[in-house]
Amino acid sequence: MNRTWIILGATSAMARAFARKVSQEGAGVLLAGRDMEDLATLAADCRLRGARMAEALAFDARAPEGFAAIIARAEAEEGEINAAVFVGSMPEQGATDADPALVDGVIADSHTGPARFLHMLAPLIEARGTGTVVGVASVAGDRGRIGNYVYGSAKAGFATYLSGLRNRLTRAGGHVVTVKPGFVDTAMTWGLPGLFLVAAPGHVADDILAAVAKRRNVIYTPFFWRYIMLIIRHIPEALFKKMKI
Amino acid sequence: MLWKTADYAGWGRALVARGEIARPERQSTLAALLAEGLAPAIGMRRSYGDAALNGGGRVIDMTRLDRFRGFDPETGILDVEAGARIGDIAAAFAPRGWLPAVMPGTGLATVGGCIGQDVHGKNHHNVGSFCQHVVSLTLRSARGVVEVTPDRTADLFRATAGGLGQTGVILSARLRLLPRRGDVMVVTERRVEGWDEFLALLDASQATYTVGWIDATARGAALGRGILEEGETGSGLLPKRGQARRVPFDAPRFALAGPVVRAFNTAYYRRVPETGRTVVKPIADFFFPLDKIHDWNRLYGKRGFHQFQCVVPVAEAPALRAMLEEIAGSGLASPLAVLKRMGPGRAGHLSFPMEGYTLAVDFPNRSEARELIRGLESETLSARGRLYFAKDSLARGTDVAAMYPELAAWRKLVARADPEGALATDLVRRLSLRSAT
Ligand SMILES: Cc1cc2nc3c(=O)[nH]c(=O)nc-3n(C[C@H](O)[C@H](O)[C@H](O)COP(=O)(O)OP(=O)(O)OC[C@H]3O[C@@H](n4cnc5c(N)ncnc54)[C@H](O)[C@@H]3O)c2cc1C
Repeated sequence: MNRTWIILGATSAMARAFARKVSQEGAGVLLAGRDMEDLATLAADCRLRGARMAEALAFDARAPEGFAAIIARAEAEEGEINAAVFVGSMPEQGATDADPALVDGVIADSHTGPARFLHMLAPLIEARGTGTVVGVASVAGDRGRIGNYVYGSAKAGFATYLSGLRNRLTRAGGHVVTVKPGFVDTAMTWGLPGLFLVAAPGHVADDILAAVAKRRNVIYTPFFWRYIMLIIRHIPEALFKKMKI
Repeated sequence: MLWKTADYAGWGRALVARGEIARPERQSTLAALLAEGLAPAIGMRRSYGDAALNGGGRVIDMTRLDRFRGFDPETGILDVEAGARIGDIAAAFAPRGWLPAVMPGTGLATVGGCIGQDVHGKNHHNVGSFCQHVVSLTLRSARGVVEVTPDRTADLFRATAGGLGQTGVILSARLRLLPRRGDVMVVTERRVEGWDEFLALLDASQATYTVGWIDATARGAALGRGILEEGETGSGLLPKRGQARRVPFDAPRFALAGPVVRAFNTAYYRRVPETGRTVVKPIADFFFPLDKIHDWNRLYGKRGFHQFQCVVPVAEAPALRAMLEEIAGSGLASPLAVLKRMGPGRAGHLSFPMEGYTLAVDFPNRSEARELIRGLESETLSARGRLYFAKDSLARGTDVAAMYPELAAWRKLVARADPEGALATDLVRRLSLRSAT
């Protein structure tokens, strides 16, 4: 089957690993993001690794007027249209505390921008009767913590959106996979203190592809984060509010 | 965060540095970092010693800048970012009929690292060194971004090939790949009973790829016994490939103790039937046999290990034999040692290769071993041979200066490319490569 993946936030390390793997399987990739020079390099890389087609497209989660063009480009491809959403931003909580206006940007990047995009895409998936949306949420969305609760709340909202979208697309033959990565070894986490069990982006990409193939609903990657978060979610709020984790 | 402070080591783990590391994922981030000031680039740190270390300073880890930028199937020229790994290139292009012309013994080495050490492969006697197949490279030096080619900017090219990152940060390179006959390796393995036979077989080998595994613990009449492997690309049926394994912890000291190594080596030697055999292997198994065990350097325990590698001219073969005798007599050598015949091919002022024989042996990081290696280094010098910067962690600057006659020419060019000395690494300082001692 002719497969196309729209990859939002394609310049991130996780997205790059994912784009390469679907390219090796011969899919077409529409690489969307802001750094066009970087995306052009990635597009060449994907073609040389086996992508049927690879193009760089401009995407800014905060500028929804650009979304329609990406969807139109995808629509021009025959067969199955899929989307993987890797966008999100996480300024240091201290920076947000100093400038509350930053909250809007984090929520636009991690929740409202992607949600609006997927809402525009959903009719196309329904019309084709097939297609998978991969939404990258975060373990940070499972519970608000002092260190990054603005980001966490945006990802929590996005996860809830994905759950509803899954409910909708399932009826039309589509599917949604919610991915909750733990610590991944990317530019976003480079040099952050207190990280443990950091996963390679390629490992996360493998987990995502396996989840797509098996039509899993919600995955944690690496898998053990499911248990870590199970514990964290069950700490009574009376206790949790005093903890610093 | 762009910079993180960390302890990091070379592959041998005997030398460690503490300093700041950045690992940009985009060229725009790299450009911004370098606008703050030049810093040495590092690859996968597969150099054993301190070539990729800059204690107290900064380094730029290039491994996330690893994309294929373009490929011309007419000429076989691949344009690739410097952080791409050789094994990745082989895996992606072998099915299409191409292989990197030169591949070191680990597929995890990056293109930038292979240029920085002008590495050699099992086919050095036929095709020369890595940089002899570099058509051009893009270098960010103190003067900005420049295109470097072996003909139009010959001086800078000769300073950069094998130049240990001292002329600038290599951003990308255009490599001429070699066409290959099939997507597997057809390998002939035969037992070699001793030193003289080994040299004769290496000299006579007509194969595209030739490498000798030596049992560096065998003594007396068995001195220099081993296995000669000759390989050709070809087609055939492949056995199923196993999963990569990982060494999850630092091994205890006894893991590589003398008797264990001797027993292992004997078994390894006998594995090949007396009459020899021909086997079909996946390309990666032949070129990168050790990559199947991730983090195998941990087998040597926390204190790490050293690799001694030298090359001596053909006429000095007896000196090399004497070194092997000492190594075997010491009982300190680790499982496998490698003996190869090198051709004259080299591309840079500080490139390691010379026509002759090269021997590489691993030793645990212990004082007896360090002493032995120091002795071997002096013998290398008297045999008019040289040591390999990719492996060295114990040499003396004065010895090295005598081994690399083009050092003065290199120094001049490097001083122009990096006048402030911002690119110096621990190795460069230890051996006073950039300043006369
Ligand atoms: C198991 C094993 C087998 C090996 N077999 C062989 C062999 O058969 N033949 C052989 O020749 N070598 C061999 N080596 C050595 C290895 O090929 C070299 O050390 C090579 O340089 C490693 O590449 P790297 O990416 O890890 O580079 P690093 O070790 O990280 O760096 C090597 C040098 O290159 C410089 N450098 C790296 N990237 C850049 C860049 N982008 N711009 C400028 N400078 C840069 C660094 O500053 C440093 O001086 C082997 C090593 C191992 C571990």
